[in-house]
This record gives sequence, C-alpha cells and structure tokens, in this order.
Amino acid sequence: MSISEDAAAARSVRNAWALSAPALILLTLAAAGPLLIVLVYSFLSPGKYGNVEWVFSLDGWRSVLYTKDIFDDSLQLADAHLTIFWRSVKLSLLTTGITFLVGFPTAWFIATRPPRARALWLFLITIPFWTNLLIRTFAINEVIRNEGLFNTVMIKLGLFSEPLRIINTDAAVLMGMTYVYLPLMVLPLFAAIDRFDMRLLEAGYDLYASRWQVLRRIILPIVKPGIIAGSILVFVPSLGAYVTPRVLGGGKQMMIGNFIELQFGQGRNWPLGAALSMSLLIVVMVALLVYVRAAGKEGHGHG
Amino acid sequence: MADRRFEPTRIPGFATVAVLAFVALYLPIFTLVAYAFNGGTSIAVWEGVSLHWFSKAWENEAVKSATLRSLTIASLAAIIATGCATLAALGTTRRRAFKGQTFIYVMINQPLMVPEIVTAVALLILFGMVKQWTGYQGLGYLVLAHSAFCIPFAYLPIRARLEGMDLSLETAAADLYANPWQTFRHVTLPLLAPGILAGAMLAFVISLDDVVITEFVKSGGQDTLPTYMLGQMRRAITPEVNAISTGLLGLTVILLTAFFLLTRKKA
Repeated sequence: MSISEDAAAARSVRNAWALSAPALILLTLAAAGPLLIVLVYSFLSPGKYGNVEWVFSLDGWRSVLYTKDIFDDSLQLADAHLTIFWRSVKLSLLTTGITFLVGFPTAWFIATRPPRARALWLFLITIPFWTNLLIRTFAINEVIRNEGLFNTVMIKLGLFSEPLRIINTDAAVLMGMTYVYLPLMVLPLFAAIDRFDMRLLEAGYDLYASRWQVLRRIILPIVKPGIIAGSILVFVPSLGAYVTPRVLGGGKQMMIGNFIELQFGQGRNWPLGAALSMSLLIVVMVALLVYVRAAGKEGHGHG
Repeated sequence: MADRRFEPTRIPGFATVAVLAFVALYLPIFTLVAYAFNGGTSIAVWEGVSLHWFSKAWENEAVKSATLRSLTIASLAAIIATGCATLAALGTTRRRAFKGQTFIYVMINQPLMVPEIVTAVALLILFGMVKQWTGYQGLGYLVLAHSAFCIPFAYLPIRARLEGMDLSLETAAADLYANPWQTFRHVTLPLLAPGILAGAMLAFVISLDDVVITEFVKSGGQDTLPTYMLGQMRRAITPEVNAISTGLLGLTVILLTAFFLLTRKKA
C-alpha cells in the first residue's frame, strides 16, 4: 500500500468518526451513558425520602433475591420478588410461544400470496406494528373488560349470566402481550419464509415426504433464523413490559418493569430499583448474545 | 376453486389461523374506534353515532396542551435524530471496514436493545440530578431523550437507501470537477432524500408513541398525549380516551401510508 493510499484510508476513518460524532454524543448523553449511573446507584444506600445516600452498600443487590428477617437479621429468599420474576419469565415465554404458534401460519400465509396481495397483507401487519402500544393495549382492554365487547356479546347471547372477569389477571396480561407483540413475531418470520425456495417443497413431496415431514425437515430448519429473531424480538420487550401489565394487570399482577417503577415511587428504594434494572439488562443482553451466536452459526452451517 | 390441484405451498389450517389472526389484530382496534363515536356518556352502552367525544376532547385544555407538547417534542426529536442519523449513515456506509465500526453500530442500535424501562430509570436519575443542579425544568430533557432513542429508527432507512445507491454517479460528478461538497449537495443528497424523509417520519411516529421514557422523564405538568391517556386509564375511562386514540391512530396510518409510498418508489 502506498503512502497516499494509507493517508486516504486514515482520512476515511477520521471522517467516519467525525460524521458519527453527533449521534454518538447524543446517545452517550441520553441513552448509554446514564446506564452507568444506574450501575453506580445499585451499590449505594437508599435515602429516607427516595433517591440515595452516597454510602457504599450491597443491600440493593442482596434484596433482589433475599429479604432480611426483621427479628434475627437472617437472610431469606424474598418470595414476593421471586413471584414477580417467575410471573415475568412465565408470561414472556408463553407470549413468545403463542405468538409463534399464531405468527408462523400468518407469516406463511402472507409469504405465499401473489405479489400484489402480499404487499397488502404485509401492510395490514405493519399498521398494528407501528401503532402506539398504549392504544393497542387500550384496544384489547375494550374487548376483554367486564363491560367490553366479549362479555357484552356473551351475555346478549345468553351464554354468560354475568361477565367473565378477565381484566386484572395474568390471563389478561398474557392476552395483551400476545396481541401487542404478534407483529414483532410475524415480520421476521415473513422475511425468512420470503427467502425460502418453494421448489424445495416440491422436491420433498416428490421424494414421498408427508406434509408433517416437509414442515419439520425442510421448512423449519431453513426458516430457523427467522424463528430465533422473532422469538428474541418478542421475548425481550415482554420481559421488560411496563405499559401492558400496568393497564391490564391493574397494579396487582406486576411484572419486573412495574416492580422497578415501584422502587422509584412508593417503594423508595432506588438502589434496589437500580439493581433490578441491571439484572433485567443482564438477562436481556444474555438473550441477545445467544441470538447473535445462533445467527452466526446458522450463517456458517448451511453453505 | 374447482381446481383442487395439489398445491405444495398450502399447509392445511394455516390460512384459517392467519385469517383469524388478522381478525384478532383488527377487531379490538375497530371496537376502540367504534366506542369513540358512541353518543352515550358511558363506555358500556351504545347510544347511537355522535362526534360528542371528539368535540369534548378537543375542548379539553389538558388534551390540547398535551397534543401541542407531543407534536413539539416529536418534531424537534425527529429533526435532531434524523440530522444525527444522516451524518452517521454517511460515516458508516460505503467505506472500507475500520476498527471501531462495530462500536458505532452497537451505540446507534443500543436503544433498540436496552429495555425501555431501564433507560427510563437511568434518565430519571440523571435528569433528576441535572434538574437539581441547574434548576432548569423545561421540555429540553424530553426532547433530548426522544432524540436519542429515535436515532436508530431514523438511521435504518437512511442507511438502507445509501447502501442501495449507485456510487458511479458520485464518481462521475467528481470526474466533472465537482468538489466534495458540490457532489454531496447536488448528487448524494437528492438521491438520499427519500430515505431521509422516511427516517424522519419513523422517528416522528416513534417519538409520538413513547410512553415509558416520557412518563419517567417529564416534570410536573409536562404530559404528552400518551402519558395523559395512561393517567386517564387509571381512573374511570370515558370515551374521550377513545376519541384521542382514534385521532392518534388516524395520524399514524396517514404517516405510514406516506412512508410506504416513499420507500416503494425505490423498487
């Protein structure tokens, strides 16, 4: 490489950084940087009226899982916290599973339409995707609340004598999350199926594979990256969900997101809130790393 | 339909599930919109079509100021985020891979990876400190926060557009003695414009929709439309919320349709 080429390459790199600088500065100030403050806060002591006292303490992290007995100061597993974590993980996994079971046929259906119709169906999936999450949560609330569409119709039909109470239960939160996150599953699945060479199906059937065998042995392995992407896209926001459990769970069916807020509000335990936030962040990062690994392997595996 | 030829792409039951999924996606939205036009005072009983709740929402000072605030923040955030994203896209595409490129990608996409509630808490703490130091309580915090999380949304369509662009046009301009600025101004920018506009629209919609970060960052009396609605939902809900939702929904659909028309032309 000649000297002038070297200089040009160096200039190109300098330009890249200079051009990216405004975005990087903004993101450091108002997105990535503040996360470090949360980390620091998780190692401090709670202040009496919220906020923190600048005294080092591991209590924030300890109380994520343990609670101190009032009488003998012994540590016990905090059952209330574990219940909330378990609910968050359980509801997020169920949401991921159900959105996949519904989303896969939906994505397949869209991908196998003729091109013009396909654009329309895709647009129909995209509208809810970009519609305000709060509005969609409110919309599902309109259907399942006690005087909502579902109960009104059921009572009018004489099938129910009184409204079925769905709202403020885990089921309501699950239905809500499934509803709001379904497009996040369908879109990456569609992208994967869209690239799928449909001639492989004919090849499979020509070789006397059954429908089930074609689905399991040909379709699923090839669209696997889309399945992983969709699952991550649904699982990650489900785990951190705040709006949907708040509106449909009615403050009682808390998930981690609501529990974190509680610590910064009535709970007045900012270090615990900070430690919970960091724990959530760690779990999400691990999920993303698993995804990157899986996606990377996928790329090398099938030549 | 008479032709029952074997269709390899057809999997029994899939079409049924898909159609049911679309019904399930749209039925609640239609219900929400329908109740906005309900003439009665309660959300339970249907009393004929009326625009009563729209005019009621329109006359509500709190709704008016929240709407204005939402639009102000979304416009400013969209402009700032799109500006930063355009520069960053120009910086990170169409050049040889360099050390630190991954870092820039990770930073730009960071808001997509970190759970919103975590960012919200982080900003609550940071801006709380700054508010105490400076005494400034204005909209600047919300604009700053929104600009930051809108960057990846503005960046993606701009980058996609840049990567699909033909480099030879710029080479041609340079061959014809255009200086780098002239080339950018008269060749690159016009070609890039649809991507920039698409990015700005996505950023605008994303900012307009935000609940969680706004809820944690706002000072007293700084409700945006979504946080106002969230506050209302805690009390007895009136169809006013439906009317507001319907308005926002309409705006989103218009912007999205424009976005699709913009990005489709490319193909």
